[in-house]
Amino acid sequence: MSDVSVTVNEARYDVSDVEPRMLLSDFLRDRLGLTGTHVGCEHGVCGACTVLVNGDSVRSCLMLAVQADGTAIVTVEGLGSPEELNVLQSQFREHHGLQCGFCTPGMLMTGEDMLRKYPLATDDQIREGLSGNLCRCTGYQNIVAAIRSAAAMRREKEE
Amino acid sequence: MNSDHRASPSEVLRPKNVGAPIKRTEDPRLLAGSGEYTADRKPDRPLHLAFLRSGLPHARIVRIDTAAALEAPGVVAVFTAEDIAGDFKPVIPFSRMPNYYATPILPLASEKVRYVGEAVAAVVATSRYLAEDALELIEIDYEPLRPVARAEMAVADGAPLLHEEAGTNVLIAREFSKGDVAADLGVAAVRVRGRFEMTRKAPLAMEPRSYTAEYEKRRDALTLYTSSNIPGIVRDAISESLSLPGHRLRVVAPDVGGSFGSKGSLYPEELLICIAARKLRRSVKWTADRLEDVSSSSQAFAEIVDAEMGFDANGVATSLQADVIGDVGAFSIYPWTCGLEPVQVVSFLPGPYKIRSYRGAVRGVATCKPPTGPYRGVGRPISTFVAERLMDMGAKALGIDPLEIRRRNLVRAEEFPYRIASGIIWDKTGFIECLEAAAAAAGYEQLRKQQAEARRHGRLLGIGIASYAELTGIGSRIAVAPGMPINTGSETARITIDSTGAITAAFGVASHGQGLETTLAQIVADDLGARFEDVRVIQGDSDEVPMSTGTYASRSAVLGGGAAKHASKILREKIKRVASHLLEANADDLEVTEGKVAVLGTDRAVSFKQIAKAVYSDMKTLPIDAREELTATYTYDPINGTTAAATHIAMVEVDPATCFVKIHKFVVAEDCGRIINPMIVDGQVHGGVAQGIGAALFEELIYDEEGQLLTASLVDYVIPSAPEVPLMDVVHVESESAVAGGFRGMGEGGTIGAPAAIANAIADALSPFDADVSVLPMTPERIFRLMQNAKFKAKEKSND
Repeated sequence: MSDVSVTVNEARYDVSDVEPRMLLSDFLRDRLGLTGTHVGCEHGVCGACTVLVNGDSVRSCLMLAVQADGTAIVTVEGLGSPEELNVLQSQFREHHGLQCGFCTPGMLMTGEDMLRKYPLATDDQIREGLSGNLCRCTGYQNIVAAIRSAAAMRREKEE
Repeated sequence: MNSDHRASPSEVLRPKNVGAPIKRTEDPRLLAGSGEYTADRKPDRPLHLAFLRSGLPHARIVRIDTAAALEAPGVVAVFTAEDIAGDFKPVIPFSRMPNYYATPILPLASEKVRYVGEAVAAVVATSRYLAEDALELIEIDYEPLRPVARAEMAVADGAPLLHEEAGTNVLIAREFSKGDVAADLGVAAVRVRGRFEMTRKAPLAMEPRSYTAEYEKRRDALTLYTSSNIPGIVRDAISESLSLPGHRLRVVAPDVGGSFGSKGSLYPEELLICIAARKLRRSVKWTADRLEDVSSSSQAFAEIVDAEMGFDANGVATSLQADVIGDVGAFSIYPWTCGLEPVQVVSFLPGPYKIRSYRGAVRGVATCKPPTGPYRGVGRPISTFVAERLMDMGAKALGIDPLEIRRRNLVRAEEFPYRIASGIIWDKTGFIECLEAAAAAAGYEQLRKQQAEARRHGRLLGIGIASYAELTGIGSRIAVAPGMPINTGSETARITIDSTGAITAAFGVASHGQGLETTLAQIVADDLGARFEDVRVIQGDSDEVPMSTGTYASRSAVLGGGAAKHASKILREKIKRVASHLLEANADDLEVTEGKVAVLGTDRAVSFKQIAKAVYSDMKTLPIDAREELTATYTYDPINGTTAAATHIAMVEVDPATCFVKIHKFVVAEDCGRIINPMIVDGQVHGGVAQGIGAALFEELIYDEEGQLLTASLVDYVIPSAPEVPLMDVVHVESESAVAGGFRGMGEGGTIGAPAAIANAIADALSPFDADVSVLPMTPERIFRLMQNAKFKAKEKSND
């Protein structure tokens, strides 16, 4: 058993008795109660469990909780609240970029990562960036529209 | 304001929610991680289940030794079929269909296993990790039996029987016929035929199946939270099986992460988790991992269709015959039976066309695979694939354009209601209108020019059309699955204004992504005269309405919406009666809008809150007999249901080097009647088409000759990701249906039309090779073989 100290959504957690084999996804959900992060495949394909670890998108089902010791993590709960959605979340709502909502946390976290790192000037770039996140409901069209719109808003702000 | 158009007072007062692209009520919570899916439930000190599943396709269970597992750390209990034998009655998917054998549903395999992935034993432990550890300590001795891996093998003489009591592997056989098909085919100017196959697929919702059974000591009661789209059916079935009355068994479908049919049947794990929670008097959780979900959730399609269509010289299809063999897997599902998928193939094969004679025969055959069950479109993705391929083959043989041949065969506006040769009646729907709208939106003539130009440069560009019709919002006259003894024909809405003035609309239908919380609130707001944001919709909870089934078969907008309209109207009349006392006005002079009742032409008004106070809290304001409880319940039955239709047009290009298919254009023109929320309708079409693209190009559950699943991960079972799905153009032909509200169901259509349109487009692209597209998915490997075979044949010909 190990101790894990992490900062999640700007709050510090010191958790003891963590089994070395415990997945980061299970740790976030079961030990910290942050069930916004979803587990869709546990083999790193669907992307539903994506979180940001030290600013980079990571599949929390492919990382052990003990590996996250000392890191700063952002989960979907850290983006914005139901009452005050952040820019990307509100563009998802505006463009109907979600239906069942299960893949959505992973889409948002990947989207946040993409928005920070890439210009996302074309739809092809956005689609390429999303290719590691599976959605079965939307056909992706409105997710692409939401990210396109969030990227445009960010560019406007920078200009 | 422009004086030419000054809104009339009634336009200002009467908000129109139905028809508006209102943002979804569900979204804020789902976007912020505040939703609650079944696996997110946090009951007090829950126990966790893990299942030991059969690794053999067909075997007798000789001995199970659980002693070591029971001693493992954290283990509370281990169950086998023997341990729970007295705790339930088997659930039988009964049907009055002739030639049908109902296989019982058991929580754990008893005596025999019949597919790889069937649950044989269950461990309950303090954590999932420990439960899975203990699975490895269970010893099972099997006596292997010969596997039955293919439907054709299952019907061969001397094939091993999956269910010996049935005496055959043919679990269902039916035949539909009308007219003299042989005679009509005999005189046909052109006959086209083929052997078509739609391989086995996984519905693959992103949320794996998940159940949490919460035990309440005080009432000795269970609440099952289930990722199901039929919580009402699950409640009734478990109540019967476990002899637990409805007031001690509540079944709730909370936020559900997609279903597409995979969560639309009762599952053995749902029975087992309730049995375990009851026996242990503890709350128990289970969520399938992806391997379990792919290898034990109901699967889709898996049919081979030998079909032939005859045309007269004008390109009018006169006759159609088909023999269908459906590989239904090891068991019948509850309640839909193993007939659901394959029987619908023959029921819908004539599609939207006026084919005069028809014979369709179907056999559903047991094999050592998980059961097939509902998957978005049920039966119609393959019936449409077959009929549309035949239509294009006929067009080619007769030298008629594919668009034109459909014009000559579709049921036209003046011909509705129309009974097709299989017996289904289409009510008035825009079949031709969808065809023409899709052709116009796609720029069909221009696409053909583009194709001719591309051909000159040696590019393999093809255009495909598919038209289809479906029955939606089916009422009591037709059972969703034939001969089934449950009521799929009605749904209930209960709308209440409580003592605080809050409006709650409760439904038995359940949402797994369709946004019913939003669309049903839109209907209630308009018909009750409330503000949209004041209406709270509760759904998928068996405690909220006395009887319900759930959401399936594109029924919830029609049945839930119809119930909402009627209940709203009853409640609005009650509100008006109270308001007429309070405002001392005639009820006929009152208008209910925006949560207020106003006397027409005056500024006198009372709010719903004031009305609620007068009814419930205030002892003096109203006479006693005027204090009617502000609630209305209505159970709506559309009797027949209604038709929905669409035409899909795809333009694809086959890369001759890689054999990959690129979709350049995809257009859908659909008629879903009156649209409640156009944003949601577009989203449903996009998602359905994306699944159809998966079925057409990528998705295939491959079982080997030993009955082992070779594609059980998301690496091997490939669903479309963002780069593979094109931009889609959706056009709406909004012809109102005859049911309440004029709605039609539309959640499944995308998956019905897209495989056929893409198949036809690929066939068109490969027409220089004269290659036949008869199996889906058209993977690069299959396209490569088609092209190689064609080249080989051409070479042989030139050598002759």
